[in-house]
Amino acid sequence: MADALKAMTAFGLREPKQVKIGALSIKELTDVALASVAARKGRMADLSRAAAAAGLPLPGPSTHAPGDPYSSFWVAPEMWLVEAPFASHELIADMLRAALGDGASVTEQTDAWVGFDLTADDLTALMQRLCNVDFAMAPDGHATRTVMEHLGVYLIKRGKGAARVYGPRSSAESLLHAVEAAAVALA
Amino acid sequence: MIIHHPILGPRDAQEFVYLGDASLMDRPDGMTAGIEEFHEYLYQRGNPAGEHRELWYHEQGDRSWLVVTRNTVTHEITKVELARDVARAKGRSK
Repeated sequence: MADALKAMTAFGLREPKQVKIGALSIKELTDVALASVAARKGRMADLSRAAAAAGLPLPGPSTHAPGDPYSSFWVAPEMWLVEAPFASHELIADMLRAALGDGASVTEQTDAWVGFDLTADDLTALMQRLCNVDFAMAPDGHATRTVMEHLGVYLIKRGKGAARVYGPRSSAESLLHAVEAAAVALA
Repeated sequence: MIIHHPILGPRDAQEFVYLGDASLMDRPDGMTAGIEEFHEYLYQRGNPAGEHRELWYHEQGDRSWLVVTRNTVTHEITKVELARDVARAKGRSK
């Protein structure tokens, strides 16, 4: 019975999608809870204090800051997208709201996005085909919004051969197809 | 065309959406300004051959509104500001 209540992935499946094309491996993320945190007008100092106490990093522009349990990356002035392990933080928005108080606006984002971890020896050529981010020049931990195959996505560089992509969940198939098509062309 | 975003650095213009004349930010108070002033705001636009201040929205980026000063003849961009900062400098609250 409990098994029947297990949430489906963005692809309508029970298990995360995993694809290997040549040296590239694409792994769908189903174990990450997401929420956005934005400072209310004039309350940035309050948010900084509460975030520091809660162990929530608030990195500068174009940056991803890893942490335990909360990682986050910058998405807009005074606004961040926060990641946490799904198993322990399924109610991430409630948890952040309780921790950050009324200086921040928190919005649940887990089911708005589909995430993929991409790994290969070197992702540069793939990224050159997919988006306009200068992947080779970007430092590790670079996080930015960009466009892949007409879809607005967040791209986080974790190393020369490791990146995470968050795209619109309702376009999961299209985004995966775009990445696969670029990978097949390179393989 | 490259727009030098004040926070994110050089970004391709395809990431942005163009809204138009930056004077759109200065909407007159509909309750106190006369109908002439509002008509002017709503319908009248300068169409200069030369320097033009215009609003751009960084849709595929950090979603900020920018005030871009661009030469409409050469497409040279001489200044890019966050619209938020421009409005606040005029004493507006947002």
